[in-house]
Amino acid sequence: MSNIFSSSVGKKFLMSFAGLFLVVFLVVHLSINLLVLKESPEAFNKAAHFMSTNPVIRIMEIVLFGGFLIHMIYGVIVSIQNMIARPINYKKTNNSQTSYFSKYMFHTAVVITIFLVLHLLDFYIRAKYIGGVEDVYYEGIKHHDLAALVIARFHIQWVVIVYVIALLILGFHLHHGFQSAFQTLGLNHPVYTPVIKAAGLIYTILITLGFICIPILIYFFK
Amino acid sequence: MAILNSKIPEGPLEQKWNNYKANQKLVNPANKRKLDVIVVGTGLAGASASASLGELGFNVKTFCYQDSPRRAHSIAAQGGINAAKNYQNDGDSIYRLFYDTIKGGDYRAREANVYRLAEVSNLIIDQCVAQGVPFAREYGGLLDNRSFGGALVSRTFYARGQTGQQLLLGVYSALMRQVNKGSVKLYTRHEMLNLVVIEGKARGIITRDLKTGKIERHFGHAVVIATGGYGNAFFLSTNAMGSNGSAVWQIYKKGAYFANPSFVQIHPTCIPVHGDFQSKLTLMSESLRNDGRIWVPGKKEDAEAIRNGKLKPTEIAEEDRDYYLERRYPAFGNLVPRDVASRAAKERCDAGYGVGTGLAVYLDFADAIKRQGKDVVEQRYGNLFQMYEKITDENPYETPMMIYPAIHYTMGGIWVDYELMTTIPGLYAIGEANFSDHGANRLGASALMQGLADGYFILPYTVQNYLSDEILVPRMSTDLPEFKEAEDEVIGRINRLMNIRGKESVDSFHRRFGLKLWDAVGMARNKEVLTKVIEDFKQMRKEFWKNIRIPGEQADMNPELEKAGRVADFIEIGELMARDALDREESCGGHFREEHQTDEGEALRNDKKFMYASAWEYKGEDKSPILHKEDLIYENIKVQTRNYKK
Amino acid sequence: MDFTLRIWRQENEQSKGRFEIYKITNVSADSSFLEMLDLLNQQLVDKFEMPICFDHDCREGICGACGLYINGRPHGPDDAITTCQLHMRKFKDGDTIVIEPWRARPFPIIKDLVVDRTALDKIIEAGGYISVNTGGVPDANEIPISKKNADIAMDAASCIGCGACVAACKNASAMLFVSAKISQFAMLPQGRIEAKERVKRMIDKMDELGFGNCTNTGACEAECPKEISLTHIARLNREYFAAKIS
Repeated sequence: MSNIFSSSVGKKFLMSFAGLFLVVFLVVHLSINLLVLKESPEAFNKAAHFMSTNPVIRIMEIVLFGGFLIHMIYGVIVSIQNMIARPINYKKTNNSQTSYFSKYMFHTAVVITIFLVLHLLDFYIRAKYIGGVEDVYYEGIKHHDLAALVIARFHIQWVVIVYVIALLILGFHLHHGFQSAFQTLGLNHPVYTPVIKAAGLIYTILITLGFICIPILIYFFK
Repeated sequence: MAILNSKIPEGPLEQKWNNYKANQKLVNPANKRKLDVIVVGTGLAGASASASLGELGFNVKTFCYQDSPRRAHSIAAQGGINAAKNYQNDGDSIYRLFYDTIKGGDYRAREANVYRLAEVSNLIIDQCVAQGVPFAREYGGLLDNRSFGGALVSRTFYARGQTGQQLLLGVYSALMRQVNKGSVKLYTRHEMLNLVVIEGKARGIITRDLKTGKIERHFGHAVVIATGGYGNAFFLSTNAMGSNGSAVWQIYKKGAYFANPSFVQIHPTCIPVHGDFQSKLTLMSESLRNDGRIWVPGKKEDAEAIRNGKLKPTEIAEEDRDYYLERRYPAFGNLVPRDVASRAAKERCDAGYGVGTGLAVYLDFADAIKRQGKDVVEQRYGNLFQMYEKITDENPYETPMMIYPAIHYTMGGIWVDYELMTTIPGLYAIGEANFSDHGANRLGASALMQGLADGYFILPYTVQNYLSDEILVPRMSTDLPEFKEAEDEVIGRINRLMNIRGKESVDSFHRRFGLKLWDAVGMARNKEVLTKVIEDFKQMRKEFWKNIRIPGEQADMNPELEKAGRVADFIEIGELMARDALDREESCGGHFREEHQTDEGEALRNDKKFMYASAWEYKGEDKSPILHKEDLIYENIKVQTRNYKK
Repeated sequence: MDFTLRIWRQENEQSKGRFEIYKITNVSADSSFLEMLDLLNQQLVDKFEMPICFDHDCREGICGACGLYINGRPHGPDDAITTCQLHMRKFKDGDTIVIEPWRARPFPIIKDLVVDRTALDKIIEAGGYISVNTGGVPDANEIPISKKNADIAMDAASCIGCGACVAACKNASAMLFVSAKISQFAMLPQGRIEAKERVKRMIDKMDELGFGNCTNTGACEAECPKEISLTHIARLNREYFAAKIS
């Protein structure tokens, strides 16, 4: 008998768990990022410092990368299997009434992955390994002035455009992913499922708009 | 007639089945494995028999022409299944179910068989519930019942309008469980084309693989035919497109007697014929007559105005409507048995009161909706209403449904004794394929009951009584000359069909033949027409074998060839139906001879001369079959005129 | 009505198929889709050509035999019906109609539009039953079942096994089919007894047969002729999870 990690349903469980974990991560990520919009860069830089030095967070970071990997690897496996399951496609393809975004989860995932790599190169790798980020001191402790870096990057027009587009695509991905995860985990109920779907929509809008407003506000006002 | 031994056990009626079981021979478990049983058909009867025999340990081979056993046409039964549970405390009992069935069948069924059917009916419900069949329930969690035509009690168990589906999926699951265990081997997309008889006993069948056209030989110590009825002979019927009478016709030709072929059931509530492109008729469940009221306009001019589209049914005032069933049969009203309801509809339409094309009457839910609310009606019949709307493009919540009788079921079938064995030893016929339980008319919700009774609770016993003497017979080689001979017959016939290369397509021929059959052996029959039609059918048979056109190859999937073989048999079945109808100079149940009716137009039986089941023996091509008679003896029931008026 | 039909023709499983174009005229708007194909086949027989093979039987929407992929939708452009219940009045005069067989790896094509759906039987064979033998069962009213649960079981049990869910799903997943059977038995006390074994065996079989994975797109629900709901898939997921962790 197959185990939970190899069966079709099991794989989807793992993807859902990982996905929901990433959903939570995005909330944390956004709440820190929004600090960059404050007048003084101190709060943002301090938060970034905390995130990069706190041992618990350090462990969580590994878990986070694990979450991304699981979500992506299983996503790839599932997608390949799904393609094999229909070797010859229809000539006139699916006109069924379905959620539009749900059909493009893999496509949006590829875009998001590319964006993720660029994003990590742009900030995470640059700050951690490449250097070139100025130092500032708060209460005598050295901090990276990441706020300055962010503001500098978001004054470049194409960077802003790339971010906005990528974040919109992330929104599409989240829109289906959020409620789909609950369905996969077996949480479907005549009363609560509409609530979950509404919550998913609100979440998606808030997260997407929240992230998008950062480059835009910086570009125009900072 | 000594030749027909129905083998009814001794003892009082209530004890017969128990006595039989107590005294029958059984096969020990080790020997069961050595015995092969072939079951043809996977409807309620065939699948339940296969599953039960598999559970007992026999080595079962099950065949069906469909791609899956789950598609057998039992699946289309809508209304329900009867049982004498008396859960409603309305006075039901085994005796009453037995009585209603005999009476409903117009005293042309065998007492002992029907009593046994009523007896095991309760076990069927238990079995189905245990299998997970989701019957309708009351809020208290117990099973719900509805009433059906021909009964004064509510004894019908149902699962929305899909009872047949749920029961069939129940037996299908039991069957697949045995397939998984290896006790049943399944042959789907296989059609039985001949029976193999060795030394007077049924020993196997010849099949054609419908995917590849391959002809195969299969051995069995016993053969069970569960292939349903031959209603498709009429072309337009409520049967599935593939339903056919070929298996029963082949065994008839090999020596099994065919009983009461003229007894066909015409179901009163079908969607009327509406065009010559039509391929089949759709039934609207009889359960609709629980709440629907049947009427036609009381004035001829109104009927005509409706037919011409000048008037709508909803515009006819209450007093101008003729609720003819309530008028003629006050006691049973809209719930009279099917044959009575069908004839009454025909009578009104023939008299010029029909609506639609002229061959339709109304089934009206306006009162029910007013009385109980649309929700209740929707809950009960929602899927049927939806089905009606899809087909006719009319909304039955707003305008009355139109219905007309159509061929639905065949009470006639292969003659079997109390053990369900045909006149060929080792060959059994169960379910609609046999003739045993419904006499001249079947009551609603009794077909499912009979199919499951035969397959679950009767055949698995009686077949052992035969097989216990076969334990020393080893599996036979299919290279025996009898197998080859039977196979050669099949191949010869297929080659003949393929080589006709005539002008007319099978469907076109079938349509012509079916219409003729409907006109002569349909709702009303008479001597003159029947005599003539027998000759016509002989002519048509010749014409068929000269002028049919079948494209494609034998050794390939070829639906035209499949249909041709079936239609060739239907022509011959039709001829026998006409012969039987001609012989029976009386009106009873579904068989209505115009010469034999009361002044009020009710069926007039002739118990003195015709209280028998006819059993026809095949004598060869172009020879007249011989009629044997099984006298029906009623010891426990007073034979009377059926009266649904008071 | 007149139509142009683009129909998939294929000799057998191994051969390469192709689309053929047929013109058909004078079709009654009241005829069903299959009756329209009957008419076309009649014309082909008249020309001594091989008629188009398609599966069909009851023609009243319950046996589950018919199933054509019509203009990008299983069972064509109407909701909650099977192909045999589709009527030509749902099309516009002069339409071009593309007719394809169900496409999925576990459903090999036998001929033309006929596919082999034995895979669905195999899933049922793996565990889609309650293991009771004939006879010796308790009285039917011995186990009361709440109307609500019985109704949910009935909703699920109304699956006709046509395979439209697989055909509609962009992943060719059979989850709706499997969940319908799991759900039916999960809602009934009789079915609970072997619920864990059942769900594991059926899912394993489904995977083994090469169906795709469910990604909750909901096309199956949208195309199911019996309107079986995605909630049954959620229940299947729960049942599976519970079976695996206990």
